[in-house]
Amino acid sequence: MTESLAANRLQSTGAYALELDGVARHFGALVALSGINMRIAAGERRAVLGSNGAGKTTLFNAVTGDFMPTAGRIRFFGEDITDLPPHERIRRGLRRTYQISQLFKGLSVLDSIFLACRGVSRRRFSLLRPAASDVNMVQAESILNAVHLEAYRDTLVATLSHGQQRQLEIALALAGAPRFILFDEPAAGLSPTERRDLVAILNALPKHIGYIIIEHDLDVALRVSEYVSMMHNGHLFKEGTPQEIEADPEVQEIYLGGKHG
Amino acid sequence: MSLAIATNNAATQRNWLEKLGPGHIILGTALVLYPLVASDFFLTQIGGYSLIFGMLGLSLMLLAGYGGMVSLAQITVAGISAYAIAILGNNNSNVLGFGWPWWLAVPFAVVAAALASALIGWISVRTEGIYTIMITLAIATATYYFAQQNYAIFNGHSGYAGIRAPVFWGVNWRDARPFYYLCLGLSVLSYAGVLYGSRSTFGMTLQAIRDNPRRMRALGYHVTAHKVFAWLLAGVIAGLAGVLLVWFNGRVSPGTIGVDAAIDVLIIAVIGGLRHPIGPFLGALVVVLMQTFAIDIVGAERFNTLIGLVFLVIVFVSPDGILGLWGRIKPHLAQESLRPGP
Repeated sequence: MTESLAANRLQSTGAYALELDGVARHFGALVALSGINMRIAAGERRAVLGSNGAGKTTLFNAVTGDFMPTAGRIRFFGEDITDLPPHERIRRGLRRTYQISQLFKGLSVLDSIFLACRGVSRRRFSLLRPAASDVNMVQAESILNAVHLEAYRDTLVATLSHGQQRQLEIALALAGAPRFILFDEPAAGLSPTERRDLVAILNALPKHIGYIIIEHDLDVALRVSEYVSMMHNGHLFKEGTPQEIEADPEVQEIYLGGKHG
Repeated sequence: MSLAIATNNAATQRNWLEKLGPGHIILGTALVLYPLVASDFFLTQIGGYSLIFGMLGLSLMLLAGYGGMVSLAQITVAGISAYAIAILGNNNSNVLGFGWPWWLAVPFAVVAAALASALIGWISVRTEGIYTIMITLAIATATYYFAQQNYAIFNGHSGYAGIRAPVFWGVNWRDARPFYYLCLGLSVLSYAGVLYGSRSTFGMTLQAIRDNPRRMRALGYHVTAHKVFAWLLAGVIAGLAGVLLVWFNGRVSPGTIGVDAAIDVLIIAVIGGLRHPIGPFLGALVVVLMQTFAIDIVGAERFNTLIGLVFLVIVFVSPDGILGLWGRIKPHLAQESLRPGP
């Protein structure tokens, strides 16, 4: 299993969804990211693990353009997107979720997902009301069902529970035919049942959609990823299959605080 | 089967009336019939003037309520269209006056106002919250002083006078009743446009940008472009109000676009409420009534104190303005109506 995965990774060179070359991000004297080199094949599902402050979210921000990297180049499906503004990267099929839900409190659930679908289509400036038969409205309805929020279709986002807001957060990232998604701790604050639902949603994604998932819950992370990258103090320091990472003594030392006893 | 179709049709028709709502029907009828009972003074000085300032407040409500951008430059935008009408059409100031007919001058004036508004927006969307207020105040003040000191275009302190509303279709539109209906027609158009537009794709994007611009970028939206487009639309409404204002006054001078007027527009929007496009019109009516009659109640020396106190009371009792006040009273009224009569 491990070997075949590694072989797949080698074969898929040239069809990378995401390539990072020497990506760095400094905040004044603070080095949040340093010399990150990463190759992720199209359709690959990768987990990024690391303790708090390891630079995982900063890595996401550099890829999406929320914060521009201080150095290095980023390529998305072969295209250099390092200098593109965030919305241009999104229009190329990149999506993300946020560690702390970033939603539209004044809109309904359906309208939020509709806007997420409309964001990558034309007619973003339309002064007409969308009809129920509007292609983006139909897409929004189907995503609503996929994340099990159909009962809250017309509910104001501000009144949703934390778990529902996390589901909506994922729904927004699934909208508009994504090619690659960055999930930033999607399971944070979810109940065990909601975590099971989340794993099911991630595993049910179409095979061509790759993703990186940041997740502190190893149980979730290792069940939804094929390969794991470990980060520490702004560096990538180890990569391997979930089994290799789980068994690695150095990883246990840094990430789990050493073996107990 | 045929029964089902008939029922469906009935449902559609009922929905259309329901969509309009009893409130709109009653208010619309009252506004159309108002000239039957109102004197010329109440038609223009109260009715027309309130509608003009209601439109100005509406242009601010569009930016602030849906877009979260509080502007103090709406009177400046209206002023640009007012000056354009004076300069492109006829006036008696012997400086500039191209003598264009109204049907050419009005579209030019409104487009100029919309473009100016988009420019002001483009400059100010880099800021947020109180800084947007400050930068638009700076733009309004700069425009005021520029108009006052520039004689070649703006004719300095005295501005332009002798501007007449047009006469067409056999109607003199400066007469009280036609002018009131002109103001009402444009107000209803602007109001209906904003109300409809609030649920359009663009209306929703604007509200979403107000709630979370960062997320909108992460969904593929060019946030700055959407904000500037909102300023352009608000500029159309403010520009139309500017045309009515210059026809109403018959003149335009730096005093028309001064800081006092800029603050009046803000007060109108805040007093009325920013949640619904009807708010600015309610606010405008209250402010115009106060400004007209406070002097009769407490005399020339104290009328500003009375106006200030009334505004303070409204904002103190209901931070959402008159709309919020209505929102609090309405449930109580509903409960009253449920009680058995005497």
